[in-house]
Amino acid sequence: MAAALLVLALAACATPQAERLVRDPGALPARAELTTVPFFPQELYYCGPAALAMVLAWSGLPVTQEDMVPQVYSPEREGTLRTDIVGAARRNGRLAVPVTTLADLLAELAAGHPVLVFQNLALDWFPQWHFAVAIGYDLEAREIVLHSGLDERRVTVLDTFENTWRRGDYWALVVLPPDTLPARADATAVVQAAAGLERVGRHRDAVDAYGTILGRWPGNFAAGMGLGNAYYGAGNLAAAEMSFRGVTGRHPMQAAGWNNLAHVLAERGLKAEAVVAARRAVEIGGRDIDTYRTTLRTIETGQ
Amino acid sequence: MIAFRQLCKAIAIPVAAIVTMASLPLPFARAALVSTDRVIEQAPVAQDDRQRVMQFLERQDVREQMQALGVDPDEAAARAAALSDAEVSRIVGQLDSLPAGEGVATTIIIVGAVIFVVLLITDILGLTDIFTFVN
Repeated sequence: MAAALLVLALAACATPQAERLVRDPGALPARAELTTVPFFPQELYYCGPAALAMVLAWSGLPVTQEDMVPQVYSPEREGTLRTDIVGAARRNGRLAVPVTTLADLLAELAAGHPVLVFQNLALDWFPQWHFAVAIGYDLEAREIVLHSGLDERRVTVLDTFENTWRRGDYWALVVLPPDTLPARADATAVVQAAAGLERVGRHRDAVDAYGTILGRWPGNFAAGMGLGNAYYGAGNLAAAEMSFRGVTGRHPMQAAGWNNLAHVLAERGLKAEAVVAARRAVEIGGRDIDTYRTTLRTIETGQ
Repeated sequence: MIAFRQLCKAIAIPVAAIVTMASLPLPFARAALVSTDRVIEQAPVAQDDRQRVMQFLERQDVREQMQALGVDPDEAAARAAALSDAEVSRIVGQLDSLPAGEGVATTIIIVGAVIFVVLLITDILGLTDIFTFVN
């Protein structure tokens, strides 16, 4: 009897983030649920491939769970590592942006973006690692809705979810097409996601992403540089030149912009102007001064 | 024997570094565009060649560890290439111990009765979320 009472007393314990949100949801709507996220029931140990396939399919790619297995699954681990999920999202031309608080997670859902979450469903000393896709919530009912394992609509108490998510290090991602920005993430996180597209050679997608980022944050230096670099990677030197001219115009004291402009000008045969730009980078200097000097020397000696 | 292995390692690392530097397609101090990754990096310090070699070797390590986990070699290369230097540094050497999501479908069968009871109670408390019949 005493034990039963203890259980009941403990059961009433709320988790901090959920409690705060229920008390003060701020601008969050009381409930939201996405109906356009396809559900792929997990096969074998494929919760990683299934969860990734669901968000990619939602974002407009015709992929299945089986397609994702070779890209993310590690057979000897009988499971999927988180970094492989991020890498695979990039390789499929999507922005993978971390979500780290429950408030941000619900804000993404309210904005219509499903959220791929990593949970430890069991205990620290007996972990049961699991990927699922959050598709909705109801603050008044204190619930979150997931595509999880074999359940198309698993309704979990928000506090329970917070516990399992905390044991998964609060790891979650939105996986978005390059023309869509997350609801809450800051500029740096999205630029990092776009740089991930460059890294895997998805230069055209990166161009789209940087364009979207600059639409929202026009003065973002890294996004300006990224746009030039992505155009360059896609082989569009004219557009790369225009981007770097824009960057040096807006950020004249950033040497890296002049360095990259110098390169593109030189490759386009505009040597005199390229030398001026390269000198400018060397004059400003900074941590990458060696690169700028090499650029100037290479252009002056005429490659 | 251990001393011998340590000696081998002490020799192998510099040799690998030299071979790596010699075999990379371009010399490090090359005229280059400053990459977007480099622009984002917070560190205000210059990257030296030693750091670049270390990063290159770490990426190779990650790729080999992926292969050891049963990932196809070409696929392991593509997976490693998709990660940033920082991401590579965070996981290198621990691919066999980092959490890997597998889901709940089959493992429950092997859970003993004690763990079942523990999880049942913690499920009821809302600490865990294993059993669908507990809500």
